[in-house]
Amino acid sequence: MIAPLTRRLLRLVAVLGVVALAAFGLMQASPIDPVDAYLGPQVAQVSPEQRALIAERWGADQPATQQFLHWLGNMLRGELGWSRVYNAPVSEVIGTRFMASLPLLASAWLGATLIGFALGVIAGTREGGWVDRWICRYAYTLASTPTFWLAILGLLLFSVTLGWTPVCCAGPAGVTRDELSLATRLHHLLLPALTLSLLGVAQITLHTRARMLELMRSEVALHALAQGASRRDVAWRHGARHACLPALTLAFASLGELFGGSMLVEQVFSYPGLGRATVEAGLRSDVPLLLAIALFTALFVSVGNALADGLYRLVDPRLRQVHP
Amino acid sequence: MLEIDHLALDFLRYRGLWQREAVPCLRDVSLSLVRGEVHAVVGASGAGKSLMAQAIIGLLPGNARLRGELRLDGAPLDAPRQAALRGKRLALIPQSLAALDPLVRSHRQVTWAAQRAGVSAPRAAAERALTEVGMVGDSARRYPHQLSGGMARRVLLAMATAGEADWLIADEPSVGLDPAHRDGVLDQLRRLADAGKGVLLITHDLRHALSVADRVTVFHAGTTLETAPADAFQGRGKALASGYARALWRALPDNDFARPPVHEVAPLA
Amino acid sequence: MSATPSPRLALRGNPRLGLALGTLTLLVALVALLIVTPQLAERAGASDFQARLLAPTTDYWFGTDVLGRDLLARTLQGLALSLWVGAAAALLGTLIALGLAALACLDRRADAVVGLLVDSVLGLPHLILLMLIAFALGGGTQAVIIAVALTHWPSLTRVLRAELLQLQQADYVRLSRRFGKSRGFVIWHHLLPALLPHCLVGGLLLFPHAILHEAALTFLGFGLSPGQPAIGVLLAESMRYLSAGYWWLGVFPGLGLLLLVLAFDRLGNALRRLLTPHEAQQ
Repeated sequence: MIAPLTRRLLRLVAVLGVVALAAFGLMQASPIDPVDAYLGPQVAQVSPEQRALIAERWGADQPATQQFLHWLGNMLRGELGWSRVYNAPVSEVIGTRFMASLPLLASAWLGATLIGFALGVIAGTREGGWVDRWICRYAYTLASTPTFWLAILGLLLFSVTLGWTPVCCAGPAGVTRDELSLATRLHHLLLPALTLSLLGVAQITLHTRARMLELMRSEVALHALAQGASRRDVAWRHGARHACLPALTLAFASLGELFGGSMLVEQVFSYPGLGRATVEAGLRSDVPLLLAIALFTALFVSVGNALADGLYRLVDPRLRQVHP
Repeated sequence: MLEIDHLALDFLRYRGLWQREAVPCLRDVSLSLVRGEVHAVVGASGAGKSLMAQAIIGLLPGNARLRGELRLDGAPLDAPRQAALRGKRLALIPQSLAALDPLVRSHRQVTWAAQRAGVSAPRAAAERALTEVGMVGDSARRYPHQLSGGMARRVLLAMATAGEADWLIADEPSVGLDPAHRDGVLDQLRRLADAGKGVLLITHDLRHALSVADRVTVFHAGTTLETAPADAFQGRGKALASGYARALWRALPDNDFARPPVHEVAPLA
Repeated sequence: MSATPSPRLALRGNPRLGLALGTLTLLVALVALLIVTPQLAERAGASDFQARLLAPTTDYWFGTDVLGRDLLARTLQGLALSLWVGAAAALLGTLIALGLAALACLDRRADAVVGLLVDSVLGLPHLILLMLIAFALGGGTQAVIIAVALTHWPSLTRVLRAELLQLQQADYVRLSRRFGKSRGFVIWHHLLPALLPHCLVGGLLLFPHAILHEAALTFLGFGLSPGQPAIGVLLAESMRYLSAGYWWLGVFPGLGLLLLVLAFDRLGNALRRLLTPHEAQQ
């Protein structure tokens, strides 16, 4: 049990190293000059000397390797730098934004996993039946739907036409976060979370269904049917048992998709979470914030991937046997 | 009485990307099984014996086309009746050990089998069936991968008997077992028949089938050639009607070990 | 068991008829789209201030936008653009996957490096990696194509690598080598024919993802320039007018994109099933 765990941790560190290197390299390669981006329209009013001074203070005149090592050292010490867009320490921006996104991500993840799994088992019970056909159609359509378009449709229908849900943001304008009541927060969270979870449902449904079909065609199912079991009995007693681990694995492995989806959904609903901060940082060339977010989400996603791999070892009795 | 009357079976499959063709798997299968007997169906692997078992319980794949008739106690055994009787009166002992769910403990699987058969006290029935096959205490609580081949076979046997079905179809129930375990399984089938059940023993192993069977049906290339009482298999096989059956008998090591003349082996030619 | 061919079964009742017809319809629709769009360029660009923000009518099926441009023409143009970008990105991604899979099969060290690369790309949310690459390349059509290609190879690489490793161990390939056939002969006559269907289907299945990610990237403002009539641009523009009730601006372009993606996704999956032996007979 220990050896695979160590190997997995080493792998995680290696992946984060490659991500850090790649992200930093890409930022370096960008034709957009961070100093120009920082100054914005005021660039015309700044003399070349002043400009060089800023560049020097940021260390932009040093060779790239040195800058990278310097930056990596800062990262490891927890000094993530200063966000120019939000005019606050990067660590603080990520902290507050992530806390705002967390309920959205968590509810969408949980909803997608549970609904997707149930639909997958139901569809897989009777392959080719009308329930299966409709669930499949639904899942295929959803899987091909652009996330942000789904969000736009939701906004049009529930917020603009019906007026059931608010049009934007995490709370009414002019009210600070601390003053919001739980009900108001949930009201603002409802539509974004629903949109985001609908997105994940399709993938988990189709994956669960594939596992179900595999089982329903196996000797185990044939044997159970020969004992007089109904298809529903086989599906829930044997199928769900076999499909739940793959479904959970997929749910952990698709945290990256979930985060990508949250960027789009937060953009459409103007929800002040980490996803929107990422977009802002990218559009306005806030390099320290962008790099820190890239690393943070890589950690988030890689841990999810590692968990997905590790789950099998913990849950399957056949694999438990190998490493007692 | 369980009767199989001129059963034939094809599979539809694609040839190339577009054209479909029917592949015949069973051509002409007829036999009858009565209560209290062990009736062996003997033939080479790939002759279609397992498909016959699946046809009897009505669990063929979707692309199969079946002709001919099945009757149980005089009434046609059609799809709805098969569905109603599966597990309750008709039970299957599958050939593959992969039929055990690897994620469920053995005794639970036996209990489920009893439950599915509609037994009123499934837990007790499972306990009894497991005791009958000699699986007691800790060994019954194991996961399938922790069982030896002999134990897994016995669990499959317990699952088929927990529901108290009176027609048992045993598909190669002793394959891959050492002599002691094999005899144990065969004896158990004999005892079930003596208790009044009808047992269809599907096997490729004529010699050991003869030790428990009352009658033997010889199966070749999707066709039943003949049904003979077990005592017809003696001496040089004079009492046997078909050349293939005689050849099968004489090829056993205890007999002449004779390689039969080729034309005798090909009854379909 | 010998297979005696039955009388040929009629066209009707063959379950593959639907697939064949679907493929044909899709191809015809695509060719029509590619022929029609250049003709529409004028109509799509022409603003008519007499006809601003019109709801769908018989003249303008999808309505008009804030500058009075025909939304149907703009949507079709956007779809054609998506098609080109998606095709280029999927092709590039497939080539990258093929190259890296071949590299991974050379020796253990190369395999480890490719494995680390795959894990790293999968370890970052797709959209963030896309953003970083598009950012680094300064935006524009080429940047989007490269960014999408660079983020979409890992899953196909895994498939091709597994397939190649299995092929290398296959008896007929080993025999061929043993009989003294050259490496080139083996690659050309044994490995490529076996891999080609996987590449084709893999590429076809990359395509819908590529289109969706291109649209998402453009929607967020990192992709195609706002001047191009990309679906992402149309939808980003529509956001400003949604609360005023101009619903058609948001509905139709997205619907078009959905249909395009759905068609390719279904086609790719149907072909994949044909190539999977045990599923093909179902």
